[in-house]
Amino acid sequence: MIGGLFIYNHKGEVLISRVYRDDIGRNAVDAFRVNVIHARQQVRSPVTNIARTSFFHVKRSNIWLAAVTKQNVNAAMVFEFLYKMCDVMTAYFGKISEENIKNNFVLIYELLDEILDFGYPQNSETGALKTFITQQGIKSQHQTKEEQSQITSQVTGQIGWRREGIKYRRNELFLDVLESVNLLMSPQGQVLSAHVSGRVVMKSYLSGMPECKFGMNDKIVIDKQGKAGAGDEAGKSELGGSSGKQSIAIDDCTFHQCVRLSKFDSERSISFIPPDGEYELMRYRTTKDIILPFRVIPLVREVGRTKLEVKVVIKSNFKPSLLAQKIEVRIPTPLNTSGVQVICMKGKAKYKASENAIVWKIKRMAGMKESQISAEIELLPTNDKKKWARPPISMNFEVPFAPSGLKVRYLKVFESKLNYSDHDVIKWVRYIGRSGIYETRC
Amino acid sequence: MMLTQSDAQKDLHLQEGKSKEAEIKRINKELANIRSKFKGDKALDGYSKKKYVCKLLFIFLLGHDIDFGHMEAVNLLSSNKYTEKQIGYLFISVLVNSNSELIRLINNAIKNDLSSRNPTFMCLALHCIANVGSREMAEAFAGEIPRILVAGDTMDSVKQSAALCLLRLYKTSPDLVLMGEWTSRVVHLLNDQHMGVVTAAISLITCLSQKNPDEFKTCVSLAVSRLSRIVSSASTDLQDYTYYFVPAPWLSCKLLRLLQCYPPPEDGAVKGRLVECLETILNKAQEPPKSKKVQHSNAKNAILFEAIALIIHYDSEPNLLVRACNQLGQFLQHRETNLRYLALESMCTLASSEFSHEAVKTHIETVINALKTERDVSVRQRAADLLYAMCDRSNAKQIVAEMLSYLETADYSIREEMVLKVAILAEKYAVDYSWYVDTILNLIRIAGDYVSEEVWYRVIQIVINRDDVQGYAAKTVFEALQAPACHENMVKVGGYILGEFGNLIAGDPRSSPLVQFNLLHSKFHLCSVPTRALLLSAYIKFINLFPETKSTIQEVLRCDSQIRNSDVELQQRAVEYLKLSSIASTDVLATVLEEMPPFPERESSILAKLKKKKGPGAVSAGELEEGKREGGELNGGGGGGERPGDTTAMAASNASTPSPSADLLGLRSAAPVSAAPPSAGSLLVDVFSEAGPAAPAAGVHDDGFLRDLEPPTESSDSLLAEGPGDSDSAPPSVVSEDPAPPLPESDELLNKFVCKNNGVLFENQLLQIGIKSEYRQNLGRMYLFYGNKTSVQFVSFSTTVNCPGELQSQLNVQLKPVDPLVEGGAQVQQVINIECLTDFSDAPLLNIKFRYGGALQNLSLKLPVTINKFFQPTEMSSQDFFQRWKQLSQPQQEAQKIFKANHPMDTEVLKAKLLGLGTALLDNVDPNPENFVCAGVIQTKAQQVGCLLRLEPNAQAQMYRLTLRSSKDTVAKRLCELLSEQF
Repeated sequence: MIGGLFIYNHKGEVLISRVYRDDIGRNAVDAFRVNVIHARQQVRSPVTNIARTSFFHVKRSNIWLAAVTKQNVNAAMVFEFLYKMCDVMTAYFGKISEENIKNNFVLIYELLDEILDFGYPQNSETGALKTFITQQGIKSQHQTKEEQSQITSQVTGQIGWRREGIKYRRNELFLDVLESVNLLMSPQGQVLSAHVSGRVVMKSYLSGMPECKFGMNDKIVIDKQGKAGAGDEAGKSELGGSSGKQSIAIDDCTFHQCVRLSKFDSERSISFIPPDGEYELMRYRTTKDIILPFRVIPLVREVGRTKLEVKVVIKSNFKPSLLAQKIEVRIPTPLNTSGVQVICMKGKAKYKASENAIVWKIKRMAGMKESQISAEIELLPTNDKKKWARPPISMNFEVPFAPSGLKVRYLKVFESKLNYSDHDVIKWVRYIGRSGIYETRC
Repeated sequence: MMLTQSDAQKDLHLQEGKSKEAEIKRINKELANIRSKFKGDKALDGYSKKKYVCKLLFIFLLGHDIDFGHMEAVNLLSSNKYTEKQIGYLFISVLVNSNSELIRLINNAIKNDLSSRNPTFMCLALHCIANVGSREMAEAFAGEIPRILVAGDTMDSVKQSAALCLLRLYKTSPDLVLMGEWTSRVVHLLNDQHMGVVTAAISLITCLSQKNPDEFKTCVSLAVSRLSRIVSSASTDLQDYTYYFVPAPWLSCKLLRLLQCYPPPEDGAVKGRLVECLETILNKAQEPPKSKKVQHSNAKNAILFEAIALIIHYDSEPNLLVRACNQLGQFLQHRETNLRYLALESMCTLASSEFSHEAVKTHIETVINALKTERDVSVRQRAADLLYAMCDRSNAKQIVAEMLSYLETADYSIREEMVLKVAILAEKYAVDYSWYVDTILNLIRIAGDYVSEEVWYRVIQIVINRDDVQGYAAKTVFEALQAPACHENMVKVGGYILGEFGNLIAGDPRSSPLVQFNLLHSKFHLCSVPTRALLLSAYIKFINLFPETKSTIQEVLRCDSQIRNSDVELQQRAVEYLKLSSIASTDVLATVLEEMPPFPERESSILAKLKKKKGPGAVSAGELEEGKREGGELNGGGGGGERPGDTTAMAASNASTPSPSADLLGLRSAAPVSAAPPSAGSLLVDVFSEAGPAAPAAGVHDDGFLRDLEPPTESSDSLLAEGPGDSDSAPPSVVSEDPAPPLPESDELLNKFVCKNNGVLFENQLLQIGIKSEYRQNLGRMYLFYGNKTSVQFVSFSTTVNCPGELQSQLNVQLKPVDPLVEGGAQVQQVINIECLTDFSDAPLLNIKFRYGGALQNLSLKLPVTINKFFQPTEMSSQDFFQRWKQLSQPQQEAQKIFKANHPMDTEVLKAKLLGLGTALLDNVDPNPENFVCAGVIQTKAQQVGCLLRLEPNAQAQMYRLTLRSSKDTVAKRLCELLSEQF
C-alpha cells in the first residue's frame, strides 16, 4: 500500500508531503529528488526503486507527483490513484501548477486525508468529495447536524457517488466519445502498429436516482442480438448482418465504479446510476479496423554531404463533409542542420531550431484532400561518421468522429419515482478523435 | 578564460532554475545558430569565431555532444591574438581526440608557434602538447622540445613549460623521448637561476633517472649543492619562492625525492654537505615555528618527512637515523592526526633499519597507546603495522599481548590482518612454545572468524614438529574445548591435536580417552563438513590410541547420520574407517594410524598470506625488506639445529599448507601419503587402492641411487607432495613476488642452496622449479621438478644445461631427456647426473624453453651446484686440527673475510648452516667456545682437497671473521666467497 505521497515543483522542492506509514522516512523525500528529478540522465521509467523503496511518479506540466511505498503493491493501482488524484485536484482548483498547489495546500492535505487512509485508496469521486470538502471553510460550520449525518450516511452508503434529492428543472445529459489514435507507419505506407484508446465521458444533470442504460455497437452485443433475431424472426437477419459490419471489436475496457459489472458480465449491457456532474463512464481500446484520418507520405533525398531535400504529402482520409482541425506535422531535421528553406501550399511552416524540427501547422482541412510541403535543408559537414538516425515524422490533429468506429446506439434513462421518462431527457452526443503518437517513418 | 566563459554563459542565458528541457531547447537553438554562422559561405572575423568556439566549448562542458567547429578552432590557432589562440588551443585540448584527421593541421600550427620565438605562443603550444599528450604528438615533437628546453635563449617560463611537457610525453610514450645527447644539459638545469625552471626540471629528471639512473648520475652532486643552498638560505632570500617563511618547500621536497633514487653519494665532500643539509633540516624542525599558520608547519613538515625518507633510504648514518626517530617520536604525540599517521608510517620503515631499531623501540608505550586510543582507524592500522615492525625477541611477549587485547575491540576491516600479524610474531619470536600455543589458541578464541586456514595449519605443523610442546598443547586444547561455545577453528585444532597426542593427557582421569572423545563429539554436529571429516579422522586415530574407545567410536561411525551421510566425503570416511577398525589387526592399525611424521620445513604460509593480503603495491619497501630479512633468517635456520622442524626453512615453497582435505590420513591429497614413512605409504595404497597420488613418491623411492643413500630425514619433499590442486590454491611464495629476470636473480638463488639440497629453485606465474639433490663423493644426482602452475599445457618443453668456459672441463653434467609436453597443473621430473672432475667456481647454466599459449618462454638459471656439495666430513681431534692448520700456512692457501652479519647471530642456526655445508663441525677444538671450527675433504675425480674452516662471530659488532685454509688456493677462495653470503 502507498506509504506516502509527495508533490514537488520542477526544482525538486517539496510542496506537499504526506506520509501514511512509518516505514517511509523523511529521507525518502530527498532520495527521489536526487535520483529522479535531479538525475543526470533523464529518468524515463515511471517506477524507480531506490534503496528498496519504490517511487511511482507522474508529471503534470512542471509538477511531480510521487507515491512512495516499501511494499510490493499493484503498480497499476498506484498509477490509477495518482491520475485520480490529478483529476480531483483539477476539479477543485483547475490547472495543476506550482502556484495553485501553494495556494490550495490546506485543501490538498484535506483531500489526501480523505482519499487515502493508511495508504489504502478511498472514495475519490469528485462529486462525493465536494459535498463535504468544500473550499468555503466558513460555510461548512453552518451545516446542520442533519446535513452532516446525511453526508455521512451517503458517503458510507451503497451508492457513494450520488446523493439523494437532486433536482433539475431540465434533465440534460452530455456524452462525449473521446478517442486518441496511435500509429506507426513505415515509409512505404505499411501500418506497423495502430491502436485507439478511447474514453466515454458523461456529464449528467438528472433529477432523482435515475437508472441509465448505455448501448454501443460492440461486436459481441450486436452478434448476440443478430443471433437472437435470427432465431426469432428470419426477416430481421439481413438487418442484423448489415449492422454487424459496423460493429467494432473492443479489446478491453474498464468502467466507472457506478456500472454494474455483474450485469455487464452476464448480459453485456452497461447499466448504472450515474454520478452527478462530469465523470468518465468507460475506457476502452481497439486495434482492429481503425480508420486512419491522415496518411503521411514522406520523401527524403540526400544531395551530397551538405544538403537534404524533404517532401511530405499529407492526405486526409474521411468524409469530405467533415473538417479536421489543429493539424500539425513535425518533420525532424538532422543535428547538423545549418539552414532550412520551406515551401508549403497550405498552412504555415517554420524551422524550429530549439526542437530540431520543421513544424508545419494547418488550421483546418476537409476530408479527402491532400497537401504538400517541401523543404531544403543545408547541413554542416562534421567529422563524426555517425549517421543521422532519421526519427519519424509525427503528426497532431483533431477530427469530429471516432477513428475506432464506435457509435452510441442508445442511452436510456429510467426514473421510476420521479415522473420524467426517457423522452424528456435532452441528450447530446459528440465524437472527438485526436492524435496520440501518430508517426510515419521516413 | 573565466571571463570569456561567463560571457558564453550569459550569452546562452542559462541561469539556474530553468528546467532541463528548457536548457536543451536553448542549447539546440544556439547550436543551430552557430551552425548557420559556421556555414562555409560567410567569412567570420576572429572575434566572433572565438566567441562561437568558446560557446561550443561551454556547451560541451555542460555535457552535450559537439561534433562540429573543430575546423574553426584550428583556424583560431593561426590567429595573432592571444585570446583567440588560447581559446583555439583550449578547444583542441579538450575536444580533439588523438586519432582525429585534423591532427596534422594542429601539429602544423603547433610547430609554427614553437618556432615563433614569442614566449606566450610557445607556452600555449607546449601546454596543448602536454594536455593532448598523444602518441602522435610525441612522435611529432619529442625531438623538438628538448632543444627548446636546453636552448640558451629560451625564456624561463617557456623552459618551465617545456620541461613539464617533456615529462608528460615521456610518461605516455617513453620510447619516443630519447634524451641521449641532451642528458647533461638537462641535468645542468638544476643550476638554473630561475627557481621555477629548477622545480619543473627536477620533476623531469626524477622521472628520467628512475628509468636509467646511470645516465643521470651527475645530478646527485648538483642536487645536493642546490639543496644546501636552499636549506642554508634565510627565509627572505628566495622572495617569491618562500612559502610562509619556508624557502622553496616544493623544490626541497623534489630534490630530496630525487636523491632517493640514488645510493648515498660516494664523494666524501658531497656526502658531507648532504649530511649537513639533513642535519640542518632536522635542526630546523626543532626551532619554534615562525608562524602559527598551518601552511607554515605543513611546508616544514613536508620537507622534514622527505628528509627522513631519504635518511631511511640511505640507512647508513646511525646518528641521523636516531635523530629522525626522535623527531618522529615527538610527532607521535602531536595533536594533528595526519602528522601522527605520517610519523607512524615513517617509523615503520625506520624500524627495519638496524641502526634505529632500538631507538624506535623506545616509543613502544606511545605506539601501544595510539593503538588503544586513536580515533581514526587508518592511524590505528599504522600503529599496528609499526608494532609489528618493531617487534623483536625482547618485546615480543608484550607486543603480542597488546595486539591480542586490541584485537577484541579492533575494527573489523583490519582484524584479519591483525590476526595474521599476531600469528607470525608469536611464531617468529617464540622462545617458549607453550607460550606460542597459548597465544594462538587465545587468538582463535578471540577472533576465530578472522583466523584463516593458514594460521591453524601452522599451529598443527609446529606442534607436530616439536615433541616437547605436544603434551602441553593437548592439555591446553582440551581445556579450551571445554568452553561451552568455541569457534570451529578451535574444534579443528582440537580434533587434530587430540587425535595425534590425546594419549599424552589420557593418564589424567579428568581427560580420560572417553571424556576426550565425548568432548570432541559434542562439537561434531555444530561443525561444517570439512571439520566433521577431520573429526572422523581424529576418531579413527582414537581407536588406535585408545583401544577401549573402539566400540563407542564404531557405534558412532555406524550410525545412519555418518554411514549414510549425504556428503560423499563424510560417508566414504565413515564407511572406510569403520571397515578399517573392524578388519585390521592392531598392528596394521598402529602402522596405518601412526603418529604423523614431522612436517617438512617450509616458509611460514602465514607470511605469504599477509603479503598477499596487503597486495604487492601496498607492501611498503620496509615491509618487503623485513620480509626478506626474515626469509633469510628462516632460511638459515633450516636443516637441523635446535629447532629442527619449526622454523620454516624454505623461503620459497608454495605447497606449504596441507589442503583442507589433507587430514591425518590424507586419503585424498598426496601430501600426507608421501609424508608417511614408505612402508606405511605402500600399505595405505594396498588398503585403499589409491595408487594415483602415491605413484610419484614410489617412483622416487624405487630409484637405486636413493636407496643407497641413507633415507633422508624428510622422507619426502614438499614438492613431491604438490598435487595439482595445491598449486592453485597455495599462496605465492617470496620468490614469486619478484618478477623473474633470468640471470641477475640466479646468483642469489645459488646462494640459497649452498647449505641445503632441497627446495624451490625458481618460481613465476607459469612455472615452478623444485630441486632435490643428493651427493656422494664426487658424484651427484639432482632431481628437477617442473611444475606447470597454469591450466594450459606447455608445448615443446625442453631443457639444456651448459657449462660456460672452463667449467666444461671441471664438471661433467648429464641431462636425462624430459617429456616435451607438460599438462596444465602437472609436474614433470628430470634427472641430472653430475660428476665433479676437478674443483670449480662457476655454476652450470640451466636453460628452459617452452611455449605457453603460443608465446615462447625462455629462462636461464644457475643450477645450484657448488663446490661444497662434494664435501666429505672429516672428524679429527683438536691436536690434529691445529697440526693441519699449521701445515696449510702459506699465504695463498688461506682465504679470510670479515663481514657484517646479515642475519641475527643464533648459535644453533649457525651450527645448522655449517652442517648443511657438508663439513664436520668439530667441538672442543677452538679455545674460544664461541668460535666454530669445521673440517672436510672435497672429493673430485682428479684429487681430494682438504679444507679447514674457522668462523669467529663477534656478537657486539655483529661481525664475523671467516678463515679458510685449503690445500688448493682456488678452493679456499671460492668457499670463502660462498660462505660469506650465508651468515
